Amino acid sequence: MSASPLLAVEGLTRRFQGLVAVDSVDLAVREGTVHGLIGPNGAGKTTLFNMVSGVLAPSAGTVRLDGRALDCLAPYRRTALGLARTFQNIRIFSEMTVLENVMTGLHTRLSARLGILLRSPGFRAEERGAKARARELLAFVGLSEAADLRAGALPYGDQRRLEIARALACEPRLLLLDEPAAGMNPAETHALLALLRRLRDERGLTLLLVEHDMPLVMSLCDRLTVLNFGRRIADGTPAEVRAHPAVIEAYLGAGTAQAGTAQGHPDAHPQGAVS
Amino acid sequence: MWQTLDDFYWTYQSLIHGIGVNGILALSIYVVLAVGQLSLGQAAFMGVGAYTGALLTVKFGTPFAVSMAAAAAVPALIALVVGGPTLRLTGVYLAIATIGLGEITRIVFLNWEYAGGALGLSGIPEKGGVLAIYGTLAVVLIALILVARSRIGRAMEAMREDEAAAGVMGVNLPRYRMTALVVSSSLAGIAGCLSAHVSSFIGPNEYGFETAVTILSYALLGGIGSPVAPVLGAAILTLLPEVLRPLADFRLMVNGLIIVVAVLFMPRGILPWRIARTG
Repeated sequence: MSASPLLAVEGLTRRFQGLVAVDSVDLAVREGTVHGLIGPNGAGKTTLFNMVSGVLAPSAGTVRLDGRALDCLAPYRRTALGLARTFQNIRIFSEMTVLENVMTGLHTRLSARLGILLRSPGFRAEERGAKARARELLAFVGLSEAADLRAGALPYGDQRRLEIARALACEPRLLLLDEPAAGMNPAETHALLALLRRLRDERGLTLLLVEHDMPLVMSLCDRLTVLNFGRRIADGTPAEVRAHPAVIEAYLGAGTAQAGTAQGHPDAHPQGAVS
Repeated sequence: MWQTLDDFYWTYQSLIHGIGVNGILALSIYVVLAVGQLSLGQAAFMGVGAYTGALLTVKFGTPFAVSMAAAAAVPALIALVVGGPTLRLTGVYLAIATIGLGEITRIVFLNWEYAGGALGLSGIPEKGGVLAIYGTLAVVLIALILVARSRIGRAMEAMREDEAAAGVMGVNLPRYRMTALVVSSSLAGIAGCLSAHVSSFIGPNEYGFETAVTILSYALLGGIGSPVAPVLGAAILTLLPEVLRPLADFRLMVNGLIIVVAVLFMPRGILPWRIARTG
């Protein structure tokens, strides 16, 4: 494995009129790791995600995937290069079936053209393969039973898992997860944590995730980057970040840094989340 | 038996032609709506197809097949040129831009002396007829059903539901938007050419805003869950004024009322059935 990071973000900036939502942020995600992006609400995490995935154009800075600059590439090109994401507010295709959702994720891996009109053996073999692959991914996230249901009819936690399966169908090298545990109950969060670990350990996938659920972040992530008001205020292992005075100040407010350090374990917080 | 059928055809000839032509027009707007865009330029593309085909047939005496091919190609070329700037627009802005395109086309035909100007083009020989119309409708309908049940159909529905998410899934959005516009304008052109060759006369005002809205209403009434739905919508809306003829002066009122009630109480159209997206 090379020493250079899979995802390298340098000086990434986004201004919305007067507001600087993301202010020259540097970020490096190494292959095969889970990298957490945390920070209070409005810190610019989702804006950063949108720039990395190409949904939003940056005002300045560069994004590199495995050394290749992504700056002018549309989202679909980035998908082909190995980038996939999920959204903070679930954005599955709710009218389509669960299976069709995952098959849509396979879009860039399928190539039938004229065969579609002729129903050629090549096209049929490709469709069969796509269906099998989609079912495999649904089994991986534990949604096999739901394959033929309307996606919008799934319970909330299952919709999140479907979104992950759909993103996995893109065969990404780097998966961006925007608050995957948002709105989940403890049991669902627990299952999610296990799923994300399997993604890293069994599939060797690299994950970059935004998450407010601190116990999940602290136990899952290999490395953390903390944003506040668009700026990077800390970067390091969970233990380093947890003890960082700037982080404690951002989360708990100035003057409580002492108390925060003494308490030491944000993950022992009764609510389990810092928002 | 054969005699009765023949009598029926001669009596309702124009209605039978109309249902078929409007079915093709409904498919043309369906292709645009299916990728989540809203175009009101279908009537203009229909007009371009009608004028292209009719001018070739009348002035140059080309075979019908050549007129048809040209009537499909010219609107497609215009869509390709116009699509560049207009497809950067979405939703209601695109709709307004395509209304503008329609008006420009109408004014060009109105002032183009060679094509008859305000008087229109008359004496178009009868060609194609019911066989060509329904043959085309069947071929297009089947092709669109096959496309719907493939990776392209999935990408189209994904775009309609959530464009940004579809893009992140790897769908080449600009290309899909452009292809949809080109295919749909080509279909509208074919419909225009077919209808010109059964009606013997075309005029510049037949392809205005009102026609564009009528074409859109086929898909609104029928639905866009499958390619069959808008064709059904077109058939109903074409038949309705005839069926309601006994109501005399109240005809158009009741016609409008039925459409309003259908749209209000069946927002997914009268055929809300959704076609499966796997091949």
